[in-house]
Amino acid sequence: MSILRSLTQLFVVCCLSLPLLAHAQDTREEGPALLQALAEASSADKGDVISRIAKSGDERARDWLAAFADGKLSRIEDSGQFVIVLENRGRNWTVADALTGEPMGEVSRRELDTIRINNALRRELDSILSVIDLTVNNAERRLEAARALRGRVDAALSKRLAELLPDESDDRVRTVLQDALAIYRLEQGDITAVAPLSGSLNSEVRAALTSAARSDDPKLVAAANDALASIEQKLKFNRAAETLYFGLSLGSVLVLAAIGLAITFGVMGVINMAHGELIMLGAYTTWGMQQLLPGQPGLALVLSIPAGFLVSALAGVAIERSVIQFLKGRPLETLLATFGVSLILQQLVRTVISPLNRTVITPEWMSGSVMINEALSLTLNRLYVLGFALVVFAGLMLIMRKTRLGLEVRAVTQNRAMARSMGIKATRVDIMTFALGSGVAGLAGVALSQLTNVGPNLGQNYIIDSFMVVVFGGVGSLWGTLVAGLSLGTINQLLEPWAGAVLAKIVVLVFIILFIQKRPRGLFPQKGRAAEG
Amino acid sequence: MWLTRPLSERSTQLFLGILFIAMLLVTVLHVALPEGHALHVSAYTVTLLGKYLCYALLAVAVDLVWGYLGILSLGHGAFFALGGYAMGMYLMRQIGDRGVYGDPLLPDFMVFLNWDALPWYWQGFDMAWFAVIMVLLAPGLLALVFGFLAFRSRVTGVYLSIITQALTFALMLAFFRNEMGFGGNNGLTDFKDILGFNLRTDATRLGLFLATGVALAVGYIVCRAIVASKLGRVSIACRDAEARTRFLGYRVERVQLFVFVVSAMLAGVAGALYVPQVGIINPSEFSPLFSIEIVVWVALGGRATLYGAVIGAVLVNYAKTVFTGIMPDAWLFALGALFVLVTVFLPKGIAGLLPSLRRPKVGDDPAAPGPGHDPGYDPDHDPDQAADAQSPANREATV
Amino acid sequence: MSFISELSHRDRVFDFLTPTLSPVDVRHGPILYMDGVTVTFDGFRAINDLSLTIDDGELRCIIGPNGAGKTTMMDIITGKTRPDTGSVWFGSRHNLLTKSEPDIASLGIGRKFQKPTVFEALSIFENLELAMSADKRVFPSLTARMTGETIDRIEEVLTTVGLTRLRHRAAGILSHGQKQWLEIGMLLMQKPRLLLVDEPVAGMTEQEMERTAELLTSLAGKQSVVVVEHDMGFVRSIARTVTVLHQGSVLAEGTMDQVSNDPKVIEVYLGEGA
Repeated sequence: MSILRSLTQLFVVCCLSLPLLAHAQDTREEGPALLQALAEASSADKGDVISRIAKSGDERARDWLAAFADGKLSRIEDSGQFVIVLENRGRNWTVADALTGEPMGEVSRRELDTIRINNALRRELDSILSVIDLTVNNAERRLEAARALRGRVDAALSKRLAELLPDESDDRVRTVLQDALAIYRLEQGDITAVAPLSGSLNSEVRAALTSAARSDDPKLVAAANDALASIEQKLKFNRAAETLYFGLSLGSVLVLAAIGLAITFGVMGVINMAHGELIMLGAYTTWGMQQLLPGQPGLALVLSIPAGFLVSALAGVAIERSVIQFLKGRPLETLLATFGVSLILQQLVRTVISPLNRTVITPEWMSGSVMINEALSLTLNRLYVLGFALVVFAGLMLIMRKTRLGLEVRAVTQNRAMARSMGIKATRVDIMTFALGSGVAGLAGVALSQLTNVGPNLGQNYIIDSFMVVVFGGVGSLWGTLVAGLSLGTINQLLEPWAGAVLAKIVVLVFIILFIQKRPRGLFPQKGRAAEG
Repeated sequence: MWLTRPLSERSTQLFLGILFIAMLLVTVLHVALPEGHALHVSAYTVTLLGKYLCYALLAVAVDLVWGYLGILSLGHGAFFALGGYAMGMYLMRQIGDRGVYGDPLLPDFMVFLNWDALPWYWQGFDMAWFAVIMVLLAPGLLALVFGFLAFRSRVTGVYLSIITQALTFALMLAFFRNEMGFGGNNGLTDFKDILGFNLRTDATRLGLFLATGVALAVGYIVCRAIVASKLGRVSIACRDAEARTRFLGYRVERVQLFVFVVSAMLAGVAGALYVPQVGIINPSEFSPLFSIEIVVWVALGGRATLYGAVIGAVLVNYAKTVFTGIMPDAWLFALGALFVLVTVFLPKGIAGLLPSLRRPKVGDDPAAPGPGHDPGYDPDHDPDQAADAQSPANREATV
Repeated sequence: MSFISELSHRDRVFDFLTPTLSPVDVRHGPILYMDGVTVTFDGFRAINDLSLTIDDGELRCIIGPNGAGKTTMMDIITGKTRPDTGSVWFGSRHNLLTKSEPDIASLGIGRKFQKPTVFEALSIFENLELAMSADKRVFPSLTARMTGETIDRIEEVLTTVGLTRLRHRAAGILSHGQKQWLEIGMLLMQKPRLLLVDEPVAGMTEQEMERTAELLTSLAGKQSVVVVEHDMGFVRSIARTVTVLHQGSVLAEGTMDQVSNDPKVIEVYLGEGA
């Protein structure tokens, strides 16, 4: 009991004042003595020493106790020096000085004298460690510790937690601690514990409720079942949200891949079958950037955005100047010629770089996930790509609606001869438009490099989907492309659970084929008499 | 009889003559000359040539819809593959209990997947006549349903190309699935015999080669008969001015549907003859790349000529054989370059370079040089003179 | 008796029971009857409550400023555009709103487009052959044979439109004016009951215009002709009755003199600076 009280005091002091640090400095010399005592105490006395260590306020105390709990706190037989074992495989173990934390390299395990621990102590230590973690200054670490406690609370710990609770400043931590206590009370058959737990998505909570639902007390059973039903409801909602997220994520990829096509195909009427390869070039630019800037994947990725745009835009202009401009007004031939270009580009990458996939590193700030609640966490890279897609879309809308280029593009699209006679250089507009559409393909490639493998076939996998999105959305309509991409992505994800990935894709393709026959001009058709071929 | 009309055409006679002589030559060189003789045509070469002829028939089918109807199908590989699968299913059933697992009824891959009964759609394929019907019916039916929906909604041009590509892509994904019951990834293979003839003997191979030649000749005549009929002219009318054709009272969608279905069936026949010669059919025949490759054969040979398609198919595939033999990496470069060069520099294909066998038709060339000055109208009333004043180069400006 | 049977025809509920290609019945009224037709494109009323009747054998000119709805009106009659409201009857038997373009063409309505459209890849002879009234279904077309009679008719029309010497040349080589003539020739081959002619003399010389006027007037009587034209001189030379369209409905109708003295018409034309 005394341990707890002192710890609580310690925590309060810890939170309040710097002098404590000074205090910790002062007590530094206490360290070796405490460890000495731990090593030499009998099993019965060790508990006492542990509480002394915990009470000491030494900032290394947690590491010592954690190492002790894992059986990794050792003493070098000859020197009597205390070490923490970092790596205990093989004959020589990697160790670090327990007092200074300095790495000491490898020490033969025969020279090490591990401080013994038994199961009773270990259990006690676990609680003590949790409680120590609950008193640190960092709210995130407290939260983590609190989460770990759920379902592991015993009588003693429950009392300590109840004492800690009023002092907890962070709401999240408090909620979790309350849950942990409620689980304990539920385990004791306390029916009032059910109410605070219903609605929690934690698996420990569910486990506790499930076992409560099997208890002998009919009232408790009923209450627990109700709570479980409401949790199940919530979980269902979360699963739907997750599907939606994956759908939107897939959709954003489709939008990115197709939006450039919506410009070249939709606005200019040019069928560019090499569009997929322009995406691939963007992805390879990211890879190349990371090769140029080793160790800085984040910076390389950010730089890849303009670089990928530029590379693909230049490639696009090269295609336009060398092939497409000679095939004006002959869409089917353009389709064939650009398909040839796509074959050449693919083979070029295979020959020059490698036929194998390249790995593009995901920078730290893009890996991991955002936890919305216990049952739903969103992977960061997909979130970024989703955001990126929306930004690219908004940018394109802005260019098409608000800039001179956009105006000229729309003018040339609607009436080439008239636009020309008004002094618009149609050829220049063609080049700019094609560069824009191709550059956006490059951006798509940069984004895709964070989600899939970068290989010569990357673009090929997206070209049919991209065309489907553009046609489904209505050729010439950027909004249509956005809506079509996001909805097709979502439909695909919705179908996947019961149809499987391949069948879902087939179903979507067949759906689009049928849809186009019903509405040949897509979701958002271009209107008016001018649209009539 | 409308079907025999082409036989009186000079170009058809010439084509059939050359085909006949080529087949005769191959047969004689294969049979009469001993192996090791410099001019001996090996069984391998005979089969290779048979394969080319299958491709040629496929190209003729594509030319019929692309050249004369203006429908660029990027999914003809699907019809070819369906015909091929129909034949493959027959050949599979012919294996009987000679498979690895020795099951008298089930093909090996079904035994491997632990299936205990033959799926309903495999029934009847043990009979050759049924297989032959299915070779025509399976692609024909797909073309009928797909074409009915597409043409009724007036989906043409690039849109149609894209959805035909999606169609073959979807079919490829479907046939890759083991659950479909068509052997999944590996497809159908290990065939033993056809109509009782061992597929591994030289005589059977020669027979298949000759059968393919006959099929090509018949296919060519059928296409030529359609093209030379009034329906052929209606097709060209649909290709060039769909709306106008409709206002003349023609049901454009039915014309398109008829020609499309005929073309799909021809492609199916080509696929059916292809499978016993190469010994395997798998989902890769459905790949969009293959379908689009067929189109480039036609483009190279010269579209709207039919014989051009044959020339293109044989040339490109011969080049492919040679290239992939000596430097496989270069083939895709060459193929890609071919796509670009043919469309940009050789819009009329090789046939455009050949001395014309027919009455010259200026308008056949959809790719006249760029627009010239607007000729306006000719003040002179004499129509002959007016016509002479109009060079073909200028005509696009009035379109 | 015939009156009763006629009534029973009109009141038929099931449209598909009416024979599609039965002859046009003009015993009881005009050959073309449009009533209350309205078409909206994106909120813009291209045709606004248009009512118009054309009598059998009549030659009617339709004039009006740009955007008056002349071409849209032809689109509606030929089945290219479906109106939002209103009814369009061909004779007293055929409801055109339920028929497709080929059906309407087969019923006997021929149309010449504003922009001459001929089949450029086909020869002039073949263009006329395709236009000729015949069984235009797929299989009959496949097995159709050229008879002496057919050739005679084509030759006859070739002479009429003055393209005899060019008959085996591709239509693509023709000048703009010649294409207009070829298209008129195609109309003649169709033997329609009603000809819709959109700007027939654009790009024609004086002499050609004269010949066109002659041809159109000679057709009237046997066939009904509706001419949409901008060229007032040409209209004056052929018109018996003129209809002025403005903003999608009929503004005035009468002889050329009546119409050109109508204050509303003058206002529309002068007000629009035409």
